[in-house]
Amino acid sequence: MAIFSLGVIRGLIFGVIGAAAGMGLTMLVRILAGMAAWKAGPATAVGSLTGLLLFLMGMGAFSHWFKFRAEKPEEEADSRGNKPEPPRWRRYFGYDTNHKVIAVQYMVTSFLVMIVAGVYQLIARMETAQPGIQFLNPGTYNSLISLHGIMMLGAVLLGISGMMNYLIPLMIGARDMAFPRLNALSYWIVPPALILFLLSLPMGGFDTGWTAYPPLSAKAPLGMQFMLLAFYIVGWSSILGGINFLTTIFKLRAPGMTLFRMPIFVWASMATAILQLIFTQFVGISFLMVLLERLLGLGFFDPEKGGKVILFQHLFWTYSHPAVYIFVLPGLGVISEIIPVFSRKPLFSYHAVALSSLGIAFGGAFVWGHHMFSAGMESWMRIPFMFTTLLVAVPTGVKIFSWLATMWQGKISLDTPMLFVLSAIVIFLVGGITGVPQGVVPVDLYLTDTYWIVGHFHHTLFGGFVFPMMAAVYFWFPKVTGKRLSEGWGKVQWALMTAGFFVTYEPMFWLGFNGMRRRVADYDPALGLGTMNMVTTIGGFIIGLAVLIFFINFVMGIWRGRPASANPWRSRTLEWQVSSPPPEENFSAPPQIVGPPYGYGRPGFNHAIMPAAAEVKTDGKGSHA
Amino acid sequence: MKKHFLVLALLVSIVSAVFVFLTLKLRYLPVLASTQGRTIDHLILVLFSIASVIMAVCLVTLVYSVVAFRRRRGDMEDGPSWSEHTAAETLWTLIPLAIVIYLSVYGGVSLKRMIRAPDTGEMEVRVLSQQFSWRFEYPEQKITTSELGLVVNRPVVFKLTSKDVIHSFWVPEFRTKEDAVPGMETMLRVTPVRVGSYKLLCAELCGIAHSYMVAPVRVMSREEFDKWVEQQRSR
Repeated sequence: MAIFSLGVIRGLIFGVIGAAAGMGLTMLVRILAGMAAWKAGPATAVGSLTGLLLFLMGMGAFSHWFKFRAEKPEEEADSRGNKPEPPRWRRYFGYDTNHKVIAVQYMVTSFLVMIVAGVYQLIARMETAQPGIQFLNPGTYNSLISLHGIMMLGAVLLGISGMMNYLIPLMIGARDMAFPRLNALSYWIVPPALILFLLSLPMGGFDTGWTAYPPLSAKAPLGMQFMLLAFYIVGWSSILGGINFLTTIFKLRAPGMTLFRMPIFVWASMATAILQLIFTQFVGISFLMVLLERLLGLGFFDPEKGGKVILFQHLFWTYSHPAVYIFVLPGLGVISEIIPVFSRKPLFSYHAVALSSLGIAFGGAFVWGHHMFSAGMESWMRIPFMFTTLLVAVPTGVKIFSWLATMWQGKISLDTPMLFVLSAIVIFLVGGITGVPQGVVPVDLYLTDTYWIVGHFHHTLFGGFVFPMMAAVYFWFPKVTGKRLSEGWGKVQWALMTAGFFVTYEPMFWLGFNGMRRRVADYDPALGLGTMNMVTTIGGFIIGLAVLIFFINFVMGIWRGRPASANPWRSRTLEWQVSSPPPEENFSAPPQIVGPPYGYGRPGFNHAIMPAAAEVKTDGKGSHA
Repeated sequence: MKKHFLVLALLVSIVSAVFVFLTLKLRYLPVLASTQGRTIDHLILVLFSIASVIMAVCLVTLVYSVVAFRRRRGDMEDGPSWSEHTAAETLWTLIPLAIVIYLSVYGGVSLKRMIRAPDTGEMEVRVLSQQFSWRFEYPEQKITTSELGLVVNRPVVFKLTSKDVIHSFWVPEFRTKEDAVPGMETMLRVTPVRVGSYKLLCAELCGIAHSYMVAPVRVMSREEFDKWVEQQRSR
């Protein structure tokens, strides 16, 4: 049966069997221990984990180990290309180790998750368009907004992994990531997690918001457990990805690619990977502790058992603030890549921009307490956290000013990627500036837990991730597929998305001032917030329309896009010096890096000398890795 | 080149002035009813004024660049190759740093003013929160109520706690807020300065009826408050 040779189908069948076996095992143990056989919490928790394991086994994640044990020679020594090629599309549904395949898998998965999470929020947003309860009960409303939050975070993590996977090896002149199998594993543990996310709503949802604060999360319906486990698993993916990206950046750079000749996107990725590697464990442990509290009745956060409620928030935000920088740093890297190309000028102040990513990452590691100014934390601790928080504005400012200086006196052309970048800068700027009042403790005591916060962080995430990601898709689509996206529809999408964004999110600042609390299904009509809420809802649907146009454009581009040349934007970085799409192993031999990546305006000043095709055969080394 | 900078400077000044004017003139804040709120509103105006100028500088530069430095159709030449300017880089690192230090110090001093205990006359109200209601205990008056009654211009210290999950005490007109956390007591100081009826809202998602966790708040004159206490006792 041909369909069973498709990795993902095998994986799903194995996964279902695994989940059933896990639940059966739990029931058996419970019967042997003299308890009632069925208890949904433990059974589904064990079932989720065994399901994940069997899914991976069915995918073929461990088959090389079995083959190694059986001393069978490994036929598919990675992606060497000397085995018969399976049809191209099939690779995307199986356990493929090529970084470009994995990147596409990440990106498409990220888009799909974003659609689901976006639709959840549109439904919830219709409910809050007017005061009173329209058509959702508050429990469903809470579940929808909570899932919107956590699934969007998952989607963003997948999106940055996709961009980093595609670009890092190509930009530093490597053939693949440092650990290709680990790379495939980090992707393929995600789909089971997504299934858990999707199951959360039918399993009763949860009403805590994405932050899952106990004691509420310890008491929430079963859906809570699915969400905690799902994000826990996505966290593994993030940690494994972090290891892989860092190793790749430090070990696989082409000859001559010194750190200060790396494109800014690689610098941003380095900072991101460090954060992923160091901090994801904190959210992991905090979610695990809630799970143990739910499943085994442990009392980490239960004051009646001597636990501390605030402990969770410290652990959670120790990750979840740096996570914000995990989300936006790659996007800011994309902006730094695209501006020089469309301004035909070198990136202004390259060194400062490169180091500012590390500065933001380092500074961002010490600011988590600003989420807890009103949470009952020691009063004096608010002052140092206020200072560290505001300090992050300085390296962020360096980036923004350097972008503006790059455009100054340049030769700017407004192609779709550049338009998205311009919107991104403006939106990120507003996001940054509206963040400062929240950094100042007294003002935060007013604004926290209101729509002001919602407005602020959507500015940072749209400006730091969504718009740069859109720019990245329009910019690198020709490289990835060898085809062009429609510029006309791209511009329509840009215009709608930008307009929709401002219509949706600017009213939120006013709403927050005037008593609109976060995460309310209903609000007092006497507050007079109905009109602005309606505006916000309409804006949300405009964004939805823009996203719809994007998907049509995307699918049409893949299906019947015009063929793209190797370097349609006349960029100087390495990935544009190979064919579109790039060869299976990127470079026939390592390119020689001889200069900085943005040498615009200096004729004859190159970033890299590409290996001539003839040289390849005489080069016996094969791999520089 | 000089011409570009002159035009830019002029435009930035005009737009900054407009932004600052709007910041100070538009009424986007709700009614103000506490001294702590005064501190916060003042800080907001300071912050927004600084933000207006930064916004104006960046936005005008961006728009100006896009308009003035467009690539002509068919022009395949690169732009100028300069990419460094030590003075500018130093300036845009040090000025934000100075602003940040100023705001931190100012914010810290303001916070201290907001949470400092008054010398005399502070009234204590113990706030007990639970899903999905508020109760108020007045140790001095020996009453327990479901409506929050306060005396105008008399400082209050709220001692907050929760029976079940985390809630948050927020009266928008008082501006400031504080979480009510199970297993511990948190504190919030407010001095109401305006007679009127307000609403206490729970600002931390606390479950299914979170939206409706609201309690009435009345700020009254001394005499009215005494009457109100009597009413509550006889209830």
